[in-house]
Amino acid sequence: MPDKNTLFDAVVIGVSAGGLNALKVLCQHLPKNFLLPILIVQHQLQTEDDFLVQHLEKHCVIKVKLAVSTQCIEAATVYVSAAGYHLLVEEDKCLALSVDSPVNYSIPSIDVLFDSASDVYGQYLLGIILTGGSADGSRGLAHIVERGGHALVQSPEDADVDVMPIAAIKAVTAVNAAKLNVLSLAEIAIFLKELAPHER
Amino acid sequence: MNNLKEIENFEIDCFLQAIHLRFGYDFSDYAKASLKRRIQYRLQQDGLNHISELIPRVLHDEAFFKRFLNDMSITVTEMFRTPLMFKSLRENIVDKLKTYPRINIWHVGCATGEEVYSMAILLHEEGLLEKTRIYATDYNRHSLELAQKGIFALQRMKNYNQAYQLAGGSSSFTDYYSAKYDGAKMKSFLKKRITFAHHNLISDQGFAQMHLIMCRNVLIYFNQQLQNRVLTMLGQSLLQRGFLIIGDKESLEFSPLLDEFDAIDAKLKMFQKRLVFNAG
Repeated sequence: MPDKNTLFDAVVIGVSAGGLNALKVLCQHLPKNFLLPILIVQHQLQTEDDFLVQHLEKHCVIKVKLAVSTQCIEAATVYVSAAGYHLLVEEDKCLALSVDSPVNYSIPSIDVLFDSASDVYGQYLLGIILTGGSADGSRGLAHIVERGGHALVQSPEDADVDVMPIAAIKAVTAVNAAKLNVLSLAEIAIFLKELAPHER
Repeated sequence: MNNLKEIENFEIDCFLQAIHLRFGYDFSDYAKASLKRRIQYRLQQDGLNHISELIPRVLHDEAFFKRFLNDMSITVTEMFRTPLMFKSLRENIVDKLKTYPRINIWHVGCATGEEVYSMAILLHEEGLLEKTRIYATDYNRHSLELAQKGIFALQRMKNYNQAYQLAGGSSSFTDYYSAKYDGAKMKSFLKKRITFAHHNLISDQGFAQMHLIMCRNVLIYFNQQLQNRVLTMLGQSLLQRGFLIIGDKESLEFSPLLDEFDAIDAKLKMFQKRLVFNAG
């Protein structure tokens, strides 16, 4: 486990098949004093645009927004990738979208978000890979660790679909296994909860 | 300069300056995150390690620059992308366009042409195509050539047909192309009213007397400053009461145009220029 005093500035989450339920669980456990921004790439069909935002709003005590171009990242807000667009973070901590070619057959691609976010947040970034059926996100998660950030991966036994966790664990272990925790979804929820400032 | 990120940013700046000086294309006000991805893609493709290694390439090898220019403008595009926007266009704008004897439409950053042909189909079905001139512009000549050919992958037609239906298509989508080998060639009557032209948003002037400007998912690649400059130019290219449509994840919120336009469809980012009475 990383030092509990380690401060993160942002959390990025990549998830694919099985994501609706996994994200719901994480959202339900976020405390209302959770301050970090959370950026999520969920692989989804083009037509499902606002669906995920509405789904998460029902379960989240903090704000949930659809990521749009040039919007600046605010504390205590969950940003959900728009279907059909890559999501990136600019140097000034504002969001950028692109309609560049799919990466790992995906648009949005988790790697694209993770790469750009780690360039901006460096060691202060927490990257999380949850259930999913592709290898997207594994390279990005390794990149986060290379830049000094920390990685959490849902344990393959706990995930609905284990392909994405297995690929992510392999990629991060090859870079720096000390920066990786493999946890159940419930444990990831607790990890996030403890990032909220403690009440005095 | 003591960390990797600063060194890399410096390399990017030098590379962009080399392009600007050598070929006149100015990418310095592009949003950096996507730009960097595209540069890194070219780096990988050419088996190089550092962005600075691209500088001699771009200075001395014109074919390399063309490849890079292509990387810079490859985007995902499809016919009737965001079908509900085309539906809203039919329901909320077409009637207003019908009141004009002639109509000018500008597709900014038309890429390989999917959106332009979608528009031509819509105008045809609304009986407006014959009195419309469509200007389709892009800074990538290779994309323009493909757009002009109007041949799209046959396997995509099934999805396009669905989008066409959702967009309120009133006929059969298959009427608009002929299938040959693995390509679908758009019918030539759709092309008759389209002028494809090279235009660089960053260095060229705008057009005039436009009734409708489509500029979707072009601004997302620019920083706020360049977005504002381009939007101002697009605003000036429109007639009073002319229409501007941007991408549905884009915004006029932080631009000088916010006070000059009314939303026709706020969710789908369809706007109309306000009537301004000139004093004196």
